[in-house]
Amino acid sequence: MKKFFFLFLILFISVYSQPKVPKLKLWATDLTNTLTKSELDNLNSRLKSYEDSTSNQIVALMINSLEGYPIEMFSYEIAAENKIGSKKNDNGVLLLIAKDDRKLRIEVGYGLEGVLPDALTSSIIRNVIIPKLKTQQYYLAINDGIEAIIAAIGGEYKVEKKSSENTEFPIILIIIIFIIFWTIIKKSSGPFIPGGISRNAGSGWGGSGWSSGGGGSFGGFSGGGGSFGGGGASGSW
Amino acid sequence: MKNKGMMMGCAIGGVILFIIAMVVFWVISINNNLVTLEQGVIQQWAQVENQYQRRSDLIPNLVNTVKGYANFEKDVLIKVTEARSKVSQFNITPEVLNDPQAFAKFQSLQGELSGALSRLLVTVENYPQLKANENFLQLQAQLEGTENRISVERKKFNETVQQYNTTIKKFPASFFAGMLGFKEKQYFNAVAGAENAPKVEF
Repeated sequence: MKKFFFLFLILFISVYSQPKVPKLKLWATDLTNTLTKSELDNLNSRLKSYEDSTSNQIVALMINSLEGYPIEMFSYEIAAENKIGSKKNDNGVLLLIAKDDRKLRIEVGYGLEGVLPDALTSSIIRNVIIPKLKTQQYYLAINDGIEAIIAAIGGEYKVEKKSSENTEFPIILIIIIFIIFWTIIKKSSGPFIPGGISRNAGSGWGGSGWSSGGGGSFGGFSGGGGSFGGGGASGSW
Repeated sequence: MKNKGMMMGCAIGGVILFIIAMVVFWVISINNNLVTLEQGVIQQWAQVENQYQRRSDLIPNLVNTVKGYANFEKDVLIKVTEARSKVSQFNITPEVLNDPQAFAKFQSLQGELSGALSRLLVTVENYPQLKANENFLQLQAQLEGTENRISVERKKFNETVQQYNTTIKKFPASFFAGMLGFKEKQYFNAVAGAENAPKVEF
């Protein structure tokens, strides 16, 4: 409602108080330290195996506060910057919960807007997730929400079998060339290291704990290059 | 002696030809680059239009659902319907992007529709029954989703336009852009009246 006005307003004036977009390393991330480690592990292994079998990337993130930033814009930025979903299918979903603001949003990638239309995501938020959040069952809220999303997606995308001989060779070649190039650059001039690499070094988001969530055992999440167009729905409890 | 002079002439002519060829190729490559950028802008414009169209398509359904509720403010509904028909009468072509006036007109028409819709949704707050209606809630979610998509696509559009405009204004492309027929494209601005938007409390 008023949100519309606000979105349009804020879109075209520069934004000063934009919170820092977290770089996601796992499927389920809790910056509020609300979930226990085993709960996070459960979510991560579920989402990892789901990605392995379908190529769809579903990511859950719980943060403390939006710092006054509209949740629609923030979740879009998180989803777009982490490139959730594959480049080919744009099949990423982000479930974002701002705990202290009592707001949440499901951001849907372009490729899943057909099976997860706004009305359905809104219904998942209102009927599945919010009742759990109202009773502060955060783990169940996320878990049931994810299961509802998975059920809605159904069999939309399948993992493609890679024809390994065709694709792997040039990649290896590129890597070798890159390494050679890199060593030459490094040797020839010290300060010539390209910028932007340390961009995400300072986490700053809620302070703590988001590289901690049981990293080793899952091999880590990495976005596949999916893009988003603002699909999905928001809610508050 | 005469032979030598001819050879010199040939050499100079060759060099000049070579330089002309280089310049021609250079201009062609600038032109191609600008064409690519312009196509990007047009494609992104189509995305923006798509989302506006999607919003227009949602409105009849929304109006019908709301109409069913006794003594719902008629003038609010009429405003929405009027704004929608004005929007659909406006003929949009990619040429709009080069025409500041037409572009401003498009923006203000869509802005009016946004305003009418948001008044409608504010009015709905007075109808608890309507707010509990699952059908209405779904329409509302679709409408909110579409508004959000519009703002995302507008943002992407502004980014592509910015890239295009910067390129045609920078040397050396600025030198040829006018001759090759590339004009500056319009940006989306904040909606008129948006600066007086209702305060949102977080």
